[in-house]
Amino acid sequence: MNVLVFADSHDGMIAKSAFEAVTYGSKIAKDSGGSAAVLTYGTISSDSLNELASYGITNVLHCSQLTDMDPQQLARLLAAASGDQQSELIVFSHDYTGKSVAPISAARLNAGIVSGAIDYPETSAGFTVKKAVFSGKAFAQVKINSDVKVVSLLPNSVGKTKTEGTANVTEFNPDCGAPSVVVKEQKSKGGEGISLTEADLVVSAGRGLKGPENWGMIEELATELGAATACSRPVADIGWRPHHEHVGQTGIAIRPNLYIAVGISGAIQHLAGVNGSKVIVVVNTDPEAPFFKAADYGIVGDAFVVVPKLIEAVKALKIAQG
Amino acid sequence: MNILVCISKAPDTTSKIVFSNGNTTFNEDGVQFIVNPYDEWYALVRALELKESGGGKVTILSVGGADYEPIMRKALAIGADEAIRVDSDTRDSFQIASEIAAVAKSNAYDLILLGKETIDYNGANVGGMIAGLMDYPYVSNASKLEVNSNVGQIEREKQGGTEVLEAKLPCVISCAKGMAEQRIPNMRGIMAARSKPLNVVASCGAGAMTEVVSFTLPDAKGSVKLIDPENAAELINLLHTEAKVI
Ligand SMILES: Cc1cc2nc3c(=O)[nH]c(=O)nc-3n(C[C@H](O)[C@H](O)[C@H](O)COP(=O)(O)OP(=O)(O)OC[C@H]3O[C@@H](n4cnc5c(N)ncnc54)[C@H](O)[C@@H]3O)c2cc1C
Repeated sequence: MNVLVFADSHDGMIAKSAFEAVTYGSKIAKDSGGSAAVLTYGTISSDSLNELASYGITNVLHCSQLTDMDPQQLARLLAAASGDQQSELIVFSHDYTGKSVAPISAARLNAGIVSGAIDYPETSAGFTVKKAVFSGKAFAQVKINSDVKVVSLLPNSVGKTKTEGTANVTEFNPDCGAPSVVVKEQKSKGGEGISLTEADLVVSAGRGLKGPENWGMIEELATELGAATACSRPVADIGWRPHHEHVGQTGIAIRPNLYIAVGISGAIQHLAGVNGSKVIVVVNTDPEAPFFKAADYGIVGDAFVVVPKLIEAVKALKIAQG
Repeated sequence: MNILVCISKAPDTTSKIVFSNGNTTFNEDGVQFIVNPYDEWYALVRALELKESGGGKVTILSVGGADYEPIMRKALAIGADEAIRVDSDTRDSFQIASEIAAVAKSNAYDLILLGKETIDYNGANVGGMIAGLMDYPYVSNASKLEVNSNVGQIEREKQGGTEVLEAKLPCVISCAKGMAEQRIPNMRGIMAARSKPLNVVASCGAGAMTEVVSFTLPDAKGSVKLIDPENAAELINLLHTEAKVI
């Protein structure tokens, strides 16, 4: 089937999660004997555009006339590109942009959608995609019955694979209608910290840390590992940490390769946001803390003793690796 | 201002998830249902605040069977003025959005608010689909909303930060944390809710585009490998050599 992948960019570079969506789309196209194309928009460096070629894409449509994330205009752009490419499957990343544009596109294209897919489709009997439901407590196999299909891929689900190739980048600037929103201001969350939803490694802490002044060691461990930081809900609610770090059922859901939880009890609502993590490490003074049941590795101990030792061990490992 | 808030029913966050009929149906036995937290805490409460400061009416809308009525009464107890239930046994987000759009097309709503996603299907689709079907501006994952003479001033989440933007009403906004604070209904609200109008309307007959074929539960975790706190460095070693994640 012909696949069109919508690739978002940040700061002039194709987003990391977009390369994963591109890997996903190009594999589906290849396995089914179709072709894959990428649609992207905004100001993007040509190096970054060309990098798309290394993920099995030769055909890149770049719309430089749109720069704001205007979901209605982008959905029109996507509809034009999917007509142009005779696409049967549209792939998004299930990130903020994907969540905004994919459902409008599905409505415009009269397409069924599975959002937050975590694996490649099963195509032996129709087109069925696996997604997490009940906030990560279960999975559903969802079949799409429409001719044109939309899938948005949860970041960190299939990884990205590089191949050889050169991209053929074409300017693509169809009529996308009048703007529906006007962006007035961008506010960065500050710090050069790694974005939580895209991070491979996450260090998270909860009420067990006693106060915001004790987060220095959590940040240091994260920096040494190259990890993002996260927190439990009460910690964000009382203002010890910013809201955007709150993970869980009512915060954001993440699925890093490694999630280290320090001083977090592991309430069901917290687990709902992190149980897709590949490896979970728990540090808690209470051996009965429910989090240990969901953990791969655990240390029953005081965070204030254990975390400094972990920092030293990571430093030692880095030295040993040169 | 005339505000429509879309309300979904969801299993309580502590519910045990069990499937029946050969893993094709969510088993609702003993499950306590609540108003989907994002719909209630953020969309509904912000709608009520906007009404309190600027006047108007807040209508809640659910697409579902009679089993939706208890959670709709709860939303009325929190302060919504009236309720509409589209009587339909919906199967997917496209069908739900089509039903909502059908109602919205025959009523002049200035704002359509809903939560950023439901905590059961986690689709995050309905808002965008309504916007697509109505050709209204759509802002998803909004954490702030003010309205000034027919223009919404909105802050939305984006990768690595937030964005302040404006959209002309009518528009569709999916609401996330930051929008408002949860409100607990008081006795007066609960009493008043009993006599507020809850109108049942017929389905527009829209079809579904997708179907759930089966559900599965995650594999049970093996037991946790405990490391002696005295020897915490061993953990880093295991993450490197055994789990191979660092
Ligand atoms: C509808 C609803 C939605 C919710 N959504 C979320 C959500 O999205 N995300 C979320 O996180 N929560 C959520 N919650 C809250 C959740 O139920 C828990 O209350 C919360 O996760 C607990 O946070 P915590 O683990 O940081 O704190 P606590 O439960 O207080 O746990 C602190 C832990 O730290 C340990 N500890 C104490 N001292 C130390 C020390 N020196 N060293 C090591 N460990 C120590 C303790 O043994 C304890 O296990 C929700 C609740 C409800 C009702």
